[in-house]
Formats: sequence, structure tokens, C-alpha cells
Amino acid sequence: MVVFEPKIVMFCCNWCSYAGADLAGVGRLQYPTNTRVIRVMCSSRIQPTFILQALKDGADGVLVTGCHIGDCHYIDGNVYTEERMGNVVDAMKLLGLEGRVHLEWVSASEGPKFKETVTEFVEQIRALGPSPLRAE
Amino acid sequence: MVCDCGINIASVVDVPAVVEYVNTLPHVVHAYEQTYACSTDSLDNIKDVIKEHNLNRVVVASCTPRTHEPLFQDTCRDAGLNPYLFELANIREHCSWVHQQEPELATEKAKDIVRMSVARVALLDPLYTQKLDFNHGGVVIGGGVAGMTAALDIAEKGFTTYLIEREPELGGLLRTFTRLQDGRTTSEILDPMIAAVNSNPNLTVYTGTTLDEVEGAMGRFKGKLSNGEEIEFGSAIIATGANEFEPEGYFGYGSDNVITQSALEVKLDEGTVDAANVVMIQCAGGRNDEMPYCSRVCCTTAMKNAIRLKEEDPERNIYVLYRDIRTYGVWEELYTRARELGVLFMRYTEDDEPVVADGTVTITDKLLNDTKFEIATDIVVLSAPLVAPEGAEDTAMLFKVPVDSNKFFLEAHIKLRPVDFATDGVFLAGSAQAPKLVDESISQASAAASRACSILAKEQLETSGVISVVDEDVCIGCGRCVEVYPYGAPELKEVEIVTEEITYMTRKSEIDPAICKGCGSCAAECPTSAITSRHFTTKQISAVIDAFAFTDGSIEEVA
Ligand SMILES: Cc1cc2nc3c(=O)[nH]c(=O)nc-3n(C[C@H](O)[C@H](O)[C@H](O)COP(=O)(O)OP(=O)(O)OC[C@H]3O[C@@H](n4cnc5c(N)ncnc54)[C@H](O)[C@@H]3O)c2cc1C
Repeated sequence: MVVFEPKIVMFCCNWCSYAGADLAGVGRLQYPTNTRVIRVMCSSRIQPTFILQALKDGADGVLVTGCHIGDCHYIDGNVYTEERMGNVVDAMKLLGLEGRVHLEWVSASEGPKFKETVTEFVEQIRALGPSPLRAE
Repeated sequence: MVCDCGINIASVVDVPAVVEYVNTLPHVVHAYEQTYACSTDSLDNIKDVIKEHNLNRVVVASCTPRTHEPLFQDTCRDAGLNPYLFELANIREHCSWVHQQEPELATEKAKDIVRMSVARVALLDPLYTQKLDFNHGGVVIGGGVAGMTAALDIAEKGFTTYLIEREPELGGLLRTFTRLQDGRTTSEILDPMIAAVNSNPNLTVYTGTTLDEVEGAMGRFKGKLSNGEEIEFGSAIIATGANEFEPEGYFGYGSDNVITQSALEVKLDEGTVDAANVVMIQCAGGRNDEMPYCSRVCCTTAMKNAIRLKEEDPERNIYVLYRDIRTYGVWEELYTRARELGVLFMRYTEDDEPVVADGTVTITDKLLNDTKFEIATDIVVLSAPLVAPEGAEDTAMLFKVPVDSNKFFLEAHIKLRPVDFATDGVFLAGSAQAPKLVDESISQASAAASRACSILAKEQLETSGVISVVDEDVCIGCGRCVEVYPYGAPELKEVEIVTEEITYMTRKSEIDPAICKGCGSCAAECPTSAITSRHFTTKQISAVIDAFAFTDGSIEEVA
């Protein structure tokens, strides 16, 4: 039997979650290999079409991360991220892709939280199984 | 180029396999392995390779762009390549270090990461910066030793400087105690410093004043003071210091003869310490769940004062009750000296603290097999930690800089950028960052001042190439970008459109490149995709998504 290895696209903002990922690395915190990070300056750059595109391409899940509310390097960019991703998560339910898109705040000092976030999301997607949109 | 980073990458990721794979990717003309990508030899080598193969894009697969991107970008620039045509693939922090037990999967991931970077770099555009005039003034918040030193350093270089102190007088914590551990009096330090600050023609001092509003960014800050005045400046230093914690509720503080170290120092100066027995309790209120950090200066302070008490009257009995003791740096001497003078040290633990009641201190000494002692004492002196001053969070909000869980300011990087904030043009010094001694505060203040001057001394400021731009033909003037943008970079302006049939007025968005910070929020929001977030364009990001998510891992060919 072939083991299902989820393919997960992960968005990180330059100032918080990308730095959190770096810190997890510096601390040698081990987590699953399934995510691939795409760096943007602010999570507010992530337009919903990116998420749809990733899923359409065959990703099994998309993990969006940014600074905690109040900590945004651009003051309140992440407030818009929250609004937009809220809509995307709702849309996923209609598309039968519930649980495949998740938003999480990870600060630059939260290496352990980065590890946990990735580990939990990978497990969640593993449990959901391959995306129905995955090309055979 | 794929880096081994010694064994940091190569011990997990099969680097030769990655190189072999990268050589098969579209666009790639040359791929090779390097032991340390960031060594001087290797950087020279990159320049040679760029020239030899006439490369127009470069990817280095090594560590995080947050620390190393500027270095490689400069290398590209030296070789005549626009620095924005470079991409760093992070296969260390995001791969080899976090997948140490899974070398095969890590190698596959590294290949993916490099492939995604190659897809991205192929679509990157050369970007150009702009040179702008800016304000060459500095502002320093907090008039303690750190703030005064920083302000003087900047003013002495010839820049207009504003020093803003909330209290009616300059001096900070040094006004509350009397002598340093090296014997100098606090006024020996403060008096000449205050005189210099007040007489420097470039320096304007505001006492009893706070900075209440700040807008703009490096080079173009505008601030509003509590007295209503408005100031403009290019760079800022935060030196708001710390306060001695009022150990309310600890060891009978508040009752007669239970005082803090600063109160003791005042009494010592007045010659009014009337006590044959003195007990000092360290970590009073500190190193517990509420304030978990070590306040650093209190051990040295206690040694200093214990020695002073002994020197005043050698017959006195002094007991220092401590959990751990560290008079760091050269001040270990003071500890030795205190012991020589007969100061007694007794160790307690957090879960078995001394009890102070009616002139008696009861302690279970952990070094003497839990022997219980009752010490009759005339005064009890509490060594209370330094705590962040009130309003630290407000100051942090003004400049969008972070504080840690104890509300001390947090630098951008403990080793690489120790006096910088992540926010450009804003720096920190002194006990505002964490408790520290006067000499440390002063040298850090000079460091922060020289960082600030390195900006103020520039003739013009260079804007980043990573900004957003509007395509006027596509913009419908809806104003969503103006709503989502925090710094006010996009603005709607009236424009006249002339066509063959008609001429009419309409609104179009315009982004000020000097203010834009390149977050890209407006681009994500724009309903007509009229805004391009440079270096993070929709096309570039889409290509990276495709490069990973497509099962065949293909990369779009570009002309
Ligand atoms: C009892 C005691 C004994 C000590 N003994 C020694 C010693 O022997 N040797 C030694 O080296 N160190 C000693 N220290 C430590 C010493 O006090 C610090 O190193 C020093 O004060 C740090 O200077 P600073 O300028 O960073 O901060 P501070 O001295 O705290 O000055 C900060 C200034 O900023 C002002 N401020 C705060 N917030 C604002 C705001 N929002 N707007 C405007 N202004 C603001 C404050 O009013 C204050 O004037 C001792 C400390 C204590 C409490």
C-alpha cells in the first residue's frame, strides 16, 4: 500500500511566522516534511485565488500563517487576512473541501507553536485523505 | 548553487543529489555545490560564475533570507546583476534542521524548495530604488543615562536632536540611589551629563513631556508632543528605562524598617542608618511566576550596599538571604570583598522563603541542611527587581515595535541586530530592553546612537524596490486600497481623462513610493487587479504554487 503523504502549501509572512519557522529550525524542533513555505511580506498579500489555485493544482491543504492580531508589522494587515481567510474557509465547506484551509497566527518567538501548527495540520489532512481535486 | 553549510545541511540533505536534480530544471544553466555559500571565497566565486556564464538570475539554496539575503544580493550587485534577480531557497531552517531523522524526505523537500525558487526567480523583475530627501533629526525618548548619552552622541555629530523626558527632571533611576558599585556617586555621573545635554546647541530637551503620536516611517517621522508641539525626525531611540519594583506584599514591605535598596542608599548618604543588624533579602518579588526573569543588577547592588554598611560600622552584622547570587562581570570581586568583611550569606528557595515578622527574620538555610535560623534585625532591605516603566506598551505602539512578556523592549535579533528594532530607523538602549548596569546602558546607548547616525548621515534615503504600483488604465477608483492601507500610501486623486469623444474627470489610486512598505495588502484587495505588488506579484506567487502543487512539478517556461 502506498502511504498517503499530504502536499501542503504554507504561506508565511516575512516578519512573524517565517521568523517563527526559522526559530523552530534554530531550536532543531522536528516536524513532518509535508509543507512547502511560500514567503510573502504580509499575510494580507495572500489573495483568495492563491488558495484556490493551490487546491486546484492538487495540494491537499493550505496553511496560512501571519502575525498575531495587534503585532502586524504593517499595523493591521492581518485583520484583512482574517476577514479574507474567514470567507475562504466558509467557501471550502460549499466546495466539499472543509478542513483543508486553515489560518493560524505564529509570532517570531513562537518556534514551538510553529512546529505544533504544522504537525497538527499535517495530521488533520492525513486524516482527511487526498484532496478530491488531486490529479490521478 | 546549493550550500552544505558545513554539515548543517549536508548531514541530512543529500546535496549532490539536489545539485544533480537542479541541473535538470528549466532555466538552469549551471548548478554546483559549495561547503559554505557565505564565505568570502564563495561570494567571489558567485561573481565569477555570474560573469562566466552570463547569468541573469541567481538562486542560492542555503539558509534563511531574513539574515543572509542582503549579503547575496550585494554579491549579485557587485557582479552587475540587479539584486532583485536573486532568490534564496531556505533548505536549512526550513528543512535540514527540522527533518534530521528523515534524510530521504528532507532531500525531496529540498529539491521542491529549490524548484519553487527557480520558478520564482525566472519571473522576477529587476527593481530600482529611489533616492529621496529626508529629515536628518533624531529623537530620544527617556532622559536617563542611556537616553542622555544617546542624545549627546547624536547632537555632537551635528544633527538636530530632541530628548523627551516624562518626569520634570532628567536622570532617571540614578536620581533614586546614591552610589555606584565602583565608588562613584550618582551625581558625579549625572551632573556633567545633564550640563552637557542642556548646553548643546543641537539638542532640545523637553522635560515633563511625552511623545503622544507618531506617524510616517524612517526618514520622515512626524510626532506630536504632550505640550502640543509637533516635531519631525528621521530616526528614534527608545531609552525609557525601568523602575524599581515596589515589593508590596513581599516580606512585610510597608511596615516599619522594611525598605528597598534605593531607600537604604538614601539613608546611607544621610548617615541615618541606625542599625546593628541588617538583613537583605534578594529576589524580593522577582524570579517567580509573575516576573520570571532575573533582574541582573540587584546582586551587585546588594554587595555594594553591604560593603558600604560594613565600612561605615564594621561591628554591624549583615545577612544576605539569596536564592542564587551572581555579581556578573568584574564585580565578582565585590562578592569576595563582602565575604572578607564578614557579610554572612544564607540560601533560601522559592518554595521555602524567609518570613519577616516583628523585627525577626526566620530562614531555613539550604546550605546548612535546612537548619532554621531566627535573626533579630533592625532593618530588612529588599532587593526588588527592575520592572518595565508604566506606558512601555504605549511607546511600543507608537513605533510598532515589540515588547516581551515582561514588557521590556525586544530587539530585532539578539546577536545580529542587538540595538535595532525590526522597524527601520528605530533603535533601543539601556534598561528599557532588560535590567542592566549603568556602564552597560551607556555603551549600548552609544551603539544605538551610532546606528541612528548611520541613517541620519546619509545624504538621501533609498526607498525599497519592493513596493506596490497602480496601473491607472485598470484602476476604477473604488478606493478599497485606501481603506486597507495603514500608512496612507495609496490616495485617490482626481484625473482628467481625454478621449476622442469626451473628456471627463474621474478618480484613480496613486501610491507614494516613499511611504509604501510593500506589504501587498492593497494588491490582494484590488477588485480589478490594477495594483502590482512588486517582487510578490500574482504571477510570481502563482508560479511558485504551481511549481510545488502540480504533481509533475513542472515549471512554466517563460520567454
Ligand atoms: C536601587 C538601585 C541601585 C542600582 N545600583 C546600581 C549600581 O550600583 N551600578 C549600576 O551600574 N547600576 C545600578 N542600578 C541600575 C541603573 O539604575 C540602571 O543601569 C540605569 O538607570 C539604566 O539607565 P536608563 O537610562 O536605561 O534607564 P532609567 O534610568 O530608568 O531612565 C529612563 C528614563 O526614561 C523616562 N521615561 C520612561 N518612560 C517614558 C516615556 N514614555 N516618555 C518619556 N520619558 C520616559 C523615565 O522617567 C526615566 O527618566 C541600580 C538600580 C537600582 C534600582
